[in-house]
Amino acid sequence: MKAPILGLLGAIAFTFGVAATGAEAQQPKRGGTLQFAISAEAPHYDPHASDTYATLHFSSPFYSTLLRYNLSKFPQIEGDLAKSWTVSPDKLTYTFVLNDGVKFHDGTALTSADIKATYDRMRNPPQGVVSTRRATFADIDSIDTPSPNTVVFKLKAVNSSMLDHFASPWNVVYAAKDITADPAAPRTKINGTGPFTFVEHVKGSHVAGKRNENYFKKGLPYLDGYRGVFTLQAAAMLNALQGGQVLGEFRGISPAERDRLVSAMGDKLRVEESSWTLNLLVSFNTEKPPFNDVRVRRALLMAIDRWGGSQGLSRISTLRAVGGVVRPGSPLATPEAELVKLPGFGKDIKAARAEARKLLKEAGQENLKFVLWNRNLAMPYTPAGIFLVDQWRQIGVEVEHKQSDTAPYIAAMQSGNFDVAIDFSNLFNDDPTLSMTKYLSHKGNPLNMSRANDAEIDKLYEQQLREGDVEKRKALIRALEKRAFEQGYQQPLLWWHRIVPTHKVVMGWKMSPSHNLGADLADVWLNQ
Amino acid sequence: MLRYTLNRILLMIPTLIGVAVLVFFMLRVVPGDIVEVKLRGDGGNISQEVVDAERKRLGLDRPLLIQFKDYMFGLARGDLGISMWTERPVIEEIALRLELSLEVAILATIIAILLAVPLGTVAALMRDTWVDYAVRIITIGGLSIPAFWFGMLMMLTLLSLFNWLPPIVFTPIYVDPVANLSQLIWPALAVGYRYCAVTARMIRSSLLEVMTEDYIRTARAKGVYEKLVVSRHALRNALLPAITVIGLEFAFLIGGLVVTEQVFNLNGIGQLFVQSVSRNDFMLIQGMVIMIAAFYVVVNLVVDLMYAIFDPRIRYQ
Amino acid sequence: MTSISPAVAVPAVLPKRRSVVVDFCRQQSLGAVSFAVIVVMMFAGMFSELVAPYDPLQIDFGSILAPPSWDHWMGTDAFGRDIFSRIIFGSRTALVIGFTSAFIGASLGAMLGVASAYFGGKIDDWIQRFVDILLAFPIIVLALVVVAAFRKTTVAGVDVNLIVAIAIPILPRVARVVRAAALSVRVMPYVDAARAAGYSNRRIIFRHMAPNVVAPYLIMFTAFIAQAILLEASLSFLGLGVTEPTAAWGLMLSGNAADFYREAPWLILFPGIAISLAVFAFNLFGDSLRDYLDPRFKV
Repeated sequence: MKAPILGLLGAIAFTFGVAATGAEAQQPKRGGTLQFAISAEAPHYDPHASDTYATLHFSSPFYSTLLRYNLSKFPQIEGDLAKSWTVSPDKLTYTFVLNDGVKFHDGTALTSADIKATYDRMRNPPQGVVSTRRATFADIDSIDTPSPNTVVFKLKAVNSSMLDHFASPWNVVYAAKDITADPAAPRTKINGTGPFTFVEHVKGSHVAGKRNENYFKKGLPYLDGYRGVFTLQAAAMLNALQGGQVLGEFRGISPAERDRLVSAMGDKLRVEESSWTLNLLVSFNTEKPPFNDVRVRRALLMAIDRWGGSQGLSRISTLRAVGGVVRPGSPLATPEAELVKLPGFGKDIKAARAEARKLLKEAGQENLKFVLWNRNLAMPYTPAGIFLVDQWRQIGVEVEHKQSDTAPYIAAMQSGNFDVAIDFSNLFNDDPTLSMTKYLSHKGNPLNMSRANDAEIDKLYEQQLREGDVEKRKALIRALEKRAFEQGYQQPLLWWHRIVPTHKVVMGWKMSPSHNLGADLADVWLNQ
Repeated sequence: MLRYTLNRILLMIPTLIGVAVLVFFMLRVVPGDIVEVKLRGDGGNISQEVVDAERKRLGLDRPLLIQFKDYMFGLARGDLGISMWTERPVIEEIALRLELSLEVAILATIIAILLAVPLGTVAALMRDTWVDYAVRIITIGGLSIPAFWFGMLMMLTLLSLFNWLPPIVFTPIYVDPVANLSQLIWPALAVGYRYCAVTARMIRSSLLEVMTEDYIRTARAKGVYEKLVVSRHALRNALLPAITVIGLEFAFLIGGLVVTEQVFNLNGIGQLFVQSVSRNDFMLIQGMVIMIAAFYVVVNLVVDLMYAIFDPRIRYQ
Repeated sequence: MTSISPAVAVPAVLPKRRSVVVDFCRQQSLGAVSFAVIVVMMFAGMFSELVAPYDPLQIDFGSILAPPSWDHWMGTDAFGRDIFSRIIFGSRTALVIGFTSAFIGASLGAMLGVASAYFGGKIDDWIQRFVDILLAFPIIVLALVVVAAFRKTTVAGVDVNLIVAIAIPILPRVARVVRAAALSVRVMPYVDAARAAGYSNRRIIFRHMAPNVVAPYLIMFTAFIAQAILLEASLSFLGLGVTEPTAAWGLMLSGNAADFYREAPWLILFPGIAISLAVFAFNLFGDSLRDYLDPRFKV
């Protein structure tokens, strides 16, 4: 007769245990509309053609991807449309089994043909379609659909990043019939398999979606609907958050903005922080003297006090972590002990600056004057530019800080009409292949603003891409980093720090190092 | 009179054509492409072929004169072109946001007139007294204090004193007048202050001018009651230049909203214009400029006509 | 006929040189005060390096967002830069841009206006057509279009494209007024007599017409300096004018200055006051100038 008593005791203990752990174990409540801020508005709805979070914060709730990141255990990958998957031992074949009963918002059933059509659109965009991830899928040899719920991808060569690409938030799945009829349809029409259906988009004002009652994950989403309000000024966004008109902003704010919200909202605010998969780089135009001289480049990079500067900059801007080609703190990043040996990353700034002056003198560039090109965005480009001008003054170099709109900035970069520029890296995960694309030779690589061509870097890049063993891959990445920094064509200034504010009533949203992730809102609920 | 009107209407056309031509070529003086911004502005890996293909698709690789010819023919048909950023018709983009901006402009005008008439009149009647000085200082303040700063202070005061903010999403006045007005009254005040100042000054100075006119002095000398003198003779004649200013400044309001809408995060044509400048969306810039110019020219004509009708001394010679 | 500000419909005449300044100060006390403010600003702008206690570009992460104190009279901003010094140097930016663009715009406009009035006929028509086109834009709209059109070009640290952008809208407005003033002189008999006597065009313009347009020109010039300063502040606030790290009042109000309104309200108070004060002074001075020069108001 012990069992029932034990059972009762167990139940009581369980209840107390639940109460003790508090909100985490609370049952999600259905209902409510989440109103949040989106700080930019994209010109179209197609994530395949986009690189801005603005498209994802807008569109992700309407779509699903094949795989996705498990944000509670980042960077672990879990299935979204795929129920399960297997990778062949030779790593050349990826087989996915799809979930059953998945329907598009217009009622069409999802089959493997839709997956195939979607990936074909990305790797081989037809006329009039822009696919910004075409290069990432170059290794796919063929896509087969042996049955309506199985898709098989065959690769031409081993690709150590392939699984991450399948989990990318940009690779949303469209219906084959939609993109066959009109390949450019996703730019203006939304028909997805995601947790929310499209309600309206009032340009310049907001976007709204409501619960997809036929969502294939039973029980989700919890919310009745959502509304993304475009707040193009940071001040407007903060005011709205403080005033309770929006319940969160999912990109990221600066430390000073966080402090203001904390002091104004106190208990009502929740702040989540993480290091960010974004960075700013110093990029030299290696085709323009004197920046074709490695001594000049190295001198200018060594003059920057990253460790010291990050203290101050991290208080007023989103710049914080000192890191190399990979996000510091991620599995494949170079540990600090190794990093400080590379030029520009040493901790003794006095010695580094003395060395820098010496190098400049050697190169005959003691009275160096140049123009630093920068975007005119307040955060964190402006502080970065101001900081760099100040750092270079310390070694006697006079710099004119030129901030401009995106159009002239991009034009200058692409045409090579600049001396030195602040470049940026917008990544959605920690995959070194993605972050190191910038360092590949300029020929045929629009991401490399420094216009440098270096065969050794190209070779190391290719090797690490094809390397299956993690330790060997790490060594190759280190070697590439060492080569890139010693040559100094371009170098990260600092990596960013992500701070996301939400009202305490918003539950279930998951923080991650990238603002491009977790935008689908399926698991979010309101504790009201 | 009729001939004068027709003459002026006909003159409007070359003016607007001149505006279109000037803006078209001015914007294209320096190379710098919206296609690059759209495709590469967020750090994406887009090859040169894709950029070129997009440029071709948007028709931006054609020779400049061909683009100009198409544009002018489009204008003749009333087609303001397609926005280079969203690829929607310019007219559609503007129409979406016009209601909000017009409403703020009208509210600002109402506030301005309600305050300016008493202020200007009192200042003129009590010239060179402390009242006059006070009004002059208040009105010059309206001309001097940047509208965006005034708006900023307003918002932050509301937030810190009352922890209240105007609604962030626009609702038309016929749907929910309370929400609508509680959002738009503040920018209307910020913009209206300057408007009120200009109008009050104009009323003051034209009242002063009229009051020194012979017929007023005659009326006074005849002993007509002071108040009658003012209200019946002076004000009526002084209002005409004031109406001129109201008409002209109203057109400027649309341009003045440019800064104010930024501060209040309003989805109006002012913000649209600033965005189009930042993005180098030439078609949208052109379309908006032509629309604003057309509006201004029409208002100018109406005001001049009113001037000519009511004051026979200033009829066109 | 186009609308002119009635206050200058009658040509104002410049009084004799003797004791003009004293006369002015006595009659227009407000104007004298505003002139004093302008002089102070110009002094601060010209001798900024001597007047300002700190280098406006100097970053000091150790004391960011510090409240006003003996060390920093107006506090520091998010980079630890002394706000008082930035205000001082900001007056240089405001005055240089305001003055230059108003001068270029007003002078070119005046020249066009006089030419238009004197030569009349076809030349007048064409100039007026051109002026009409430029007048069809509100000031800030035209300035923004020029900003969109031209790249940022700096000559000796000054944003030349910004000066052009602000000068262009000023040109037609001055041209209109000056033309009207010159026209009213042209119909006077002594001009015809001078022509009949064989005086050259240039002589007639300079000896007879020009002096009568000087007064309206001066008045418009001061008024437009005020407008130009305000316009520069607005453009910098929008991020389309002067850029960091140059010290400029409008720029100091943009970016994240408003974010710190709770912990550091001095960030948005002082630059706004500076702009308002400068524009106020020029407006008041222009007002007083007009009152002084316009004979009808000499009661």
